[in-house]
Amino acid sequence: MLKKTYDWIDERLNITPIWRDFADHDVPAHVNPANKMSAFVYCFGGLTFLIIVTQILSGMFLAMYYVPDIVNAYRSVQYITDEVLLGNIVRGMHFWGASLVIIMMFLHMLRVFFTGAYKAPRELNWVVGVLIFFVVMGFGFTGYLLPWDQKAYWATAVGAQIAETVPVLGPYIKTLLVGGDILGALTLTRFFAIHVFFLPAALLGLLGLHFIMIRKQGIAGPL
Amino acid sequence: MSDQRGKEGKQGLTRRQFLNYALGGTGAFMAATIAAPLVPFAIDPLTRSSGGNFFDTGIAEADVKSDFPLMAEFKVHRKDGWVEENVKVRAWLIKDEAGQVLAMSPICTHLGCQVAGSVDASGNPEPSKDGEWWFHCPCHGGRFTVHGINDPAKPPQRPLDVYEVKIEGGKVMLGNLKQRKV
Repeated sequence: MLKKTYDWIDERLNITPIWRDFADHDVPAHVNPANKMSAFVYCFGGLTFLIIVTQILSGMFLAMYYVPDIVNAYRSVQYITDEVLLGNIVRGMHFWGASLVIIMMFLHMLRVFFTGAYKAPRELNWVVGVLIFFVVMGFGFTGYLLPWDQKAYWATAVGAQIAETVPVLGPYIKTLLVGGDILGALTLTRFFAIHVFFLPAALLGLLGLHFIMIRKQGIAGPL
Repeated sequence: MSDQRGKEGKQGLTRRQFLNYALGGTGAFMAATIAAPLVPFAIDPLTRSSGGNFFDTGIAEADVKSDFPLMAEFKVHRKDGWVEENVKVRAWLIKDEAGQVLAMSPICTHLGCQVAGSVDASGNPEPSKDGEWWFHCPCHGGRFTVHGINDPAKPPQRPLDVYEVKIEGGKVMLGNLKQRKV
């Protein structure tokens, strides 16, 4: 049945070459853990992506119940945690996954650094990787505020004041970040929009570039 | 995939098939691990039962007439996610031919507007101005008799919904809303 459906579509649209082109590529011996166990370090990038995918999924589901508003945010998070079926698990996935993305991304970066994989001709991919790093940090900073509890509020208060210390531009950056003079209603909606619309768009675009470049250039050779 | 298939006939698995199954199985397992908490999370509303409680209308059974309906306005405790509140609900009460209290919801069975009863300026029921039709919907001209039976020539195609009725200490108590047959 599945095969027949696939064949029917393939006959008309000839989709096989498209995914073949995408899926078929050589995995060099030096990055294959089956040959040498220590090659597992080459998995960090893929693992980062896997966790990012679960972050996107769990985030989509959390958005079914979460409300980005100062009156309801905390209570909706409380509702997710205490009342929704497996809500604690789904929130937990997003919570622990957030830290895990940063850890895996950092390990991936260390691997690229110590194997010298960032060197010519792959400098541009390193640059894109650093941009991804900043975007992920942005996810962490904006997502931390959303539960709207004491920890969230004061962490953002501190973050906003750190931004304010930038010479000359500081106060303007802080106003833009907070959405006004007060860390409150406008900050929460602003951070929510950045967290669920702007940053995901930026992240997916950058990840696309990251993957196109590594596919085009291939994985760096052995040490 | 297709070019390799069937070469070996039915004798066991080809290497390619085995690898496809192994990879597909691993992928499916990983996807299932992620989906396992997400799907129950999304279908949580299906696990919640609504209502079941009866609410006091504050109207004595003896006050319900059999000629014209009487409007009852009462509070119902509603839990809407993390918001719990007492919402005002309306019902029209009348005694049917058997002398049982019939509690009709004023929500039109066409598209959910609120139907108006035929009442005078001070809110007391009065005979309808167009014969048997006592409730009129302001939206699409739906109309109903004093017992909530619809005019089939108008958009609403079933009678007004009714509340489950329980008489407790002479007071009319209302429960869940039920649809009536056409």
